[in-house]
Amino acid sequence: MANREEIMAKISELIGPFNNKGVALSAATTFQGDLEWDSLTVMDFVAAVEDEFDIIITMNMQAEIETVGQLADAVAKLTDG
Amino acid sequence: MTDLLSKFDPLIQERENLLATGVKDPFSLVMEEVLSPTVAICNGKETILLGTYNYMGMTFDDDVRQAGLKALAEFGSGTTGSRVLNGTYSLHRDCEDALKEFYAMDHAMVFSTGYQANLGIISTLAGKGDYVILDTDSHASIYDGCAMGNAEIVAFRHNDVEALEKRLKRLPAEAGKLVVLEGVYSMMGDVAPLKEMVRVCKENGAMVLVDEAHSMGFIGENGRGVSEAQGVIDDVDFIIGTFSKSVGTVGGFCVSNHPKFEILRLVCRPYVFTASLPPSVMATASTSIRKLMHSGNKRAHLWENSKKLHQGLRDLGFTLGTPEAQSAIIAVIMPDLEKGAMMWQALLAEGLYVNLARPPATPANMTLLRCSLCAEHTSEQVDQILGMFEAAGKAVGAI
Repeated sequence: MANREEIMAKISELIGPFNNKGVALSAATTFQGDLEWDSLTVMDFVAAVEDEFDIIITMNMQAEIETVGQLADAVAKLTDG
Repeated sequence: MTDLLSKFDPLIQERENLLATGVKDPFSLVMEEVLSPTVAICNGKETILLGTYNYMGMTFDDDVRQAGLKALAEFGSGTTGSRVLNGTYSLHRDCEDALKEFYAMDHAMVFSTGYQANLGIISTLAGKGDYVILDTDSHASIYDGCAMGNAEIVAFRHNDVEALEKRLKRLPAEAGKLVVLEGVYSMMGDVAPLKEMVRVCKENGAMVLVDEAHSMGFIGENGRGVSEAQGVIDDVDFIIGTFSKSVGTVGGFCVSNHPKFEILRLVCRPYVFTASLPPSVMATASTSIRKLMHSGNKRAHLWENSKKLHQGLRDLGFTLGTPEAQSAIIAVIMPDLEKGAMMWQALLAEGLYVNLARPPATPANMTLLRCSLCAEHTSEQVDQILGMFEAAGKAVGAI
């Protein structure tokens, strides 16, 4: 069970290949606004996060996640059994 | 007052920019006359149709048209009612019988469109606490069926058996699961590895729905679709289909062997709260479906057409959506929307209609010239089509 810092670090690492604009990442960084990801990029990224943490992030949950910090919270909750 | 339409300003701007380059609007073509399943008059010009999904060319079949005329004369122009009230005529029951014969299945339910069939079946089967697992390239009607229901939605990478399996294994074992697949994906014309996918679904306790809209009548020994061709149709719980492609009219359906299937007629809102199809449509559909059961020669000719067009376009240097012809859809990948629209218009000027498909309908933000072949296209027409692609491709610098 990873702690919040480890999760943030891992998520930042996974964002890397999709961060074409080289946006500096913080918990407040938004996927749509700051990273300017389209729905296809989101799908690929979500699949990568799911496989990394061995979890499912349903599309229902994705609709509520706007920032990197919110994603980390969701992953923390999902990996907490 | 906030103008609720202002959210569409970027799209309005994109359209204006495209039309400013001088191309005609690819999304407002009018067919002035339709001469056959493969030829129409567009802008006063005789045009070969290569983007109609009219795979088996049943729209002008004599028996089909006669059946429609007879039903129109005898039963009138419409039912003006829901299937569960005054909208079920003997013809609706007969159409469902035709589907049961065609698929050799116990139950069939006819909807007013294929879109509504997906909307209704998916939203009704998967309720709160259940999971729908779908391919990321799924048709809009599948996504909309998910959005309409209360289930949890899980997406997996297109046609990726391992991605599907991993996700199924991560879900609670006891939860209800519906995996939604398509036999042929309509944008690229590629076929799903149903044999492996259905196996993985069954191993993990999921029910399987396969949308065979683009394979019915054509793929499989009896035209039952990709699940028949890959030998897994008996393990598929629900097949969704449409009358607006091979059958040659309009309407949608679901067939199944599930013993409790009939209850869906009472609980499926897109089935209950809309008017049923007109009698003439039911009569044309049943006649067409029964003829499609014995259309092996037409299926063989359609395969010849598809393979010939695929090979010919590859030889001309076009980039296609699949390495070989997998269905009756052949997608020509264009570099961008502007080039795609130019090519589309050049083809129309040559006398050829294809579909221009653009994001968000397409995968990976691609612009596609989507061709769908018909069993009624002659081999000579396919030669003509290739000639038109060559001329148009050179004219706009696409090849």
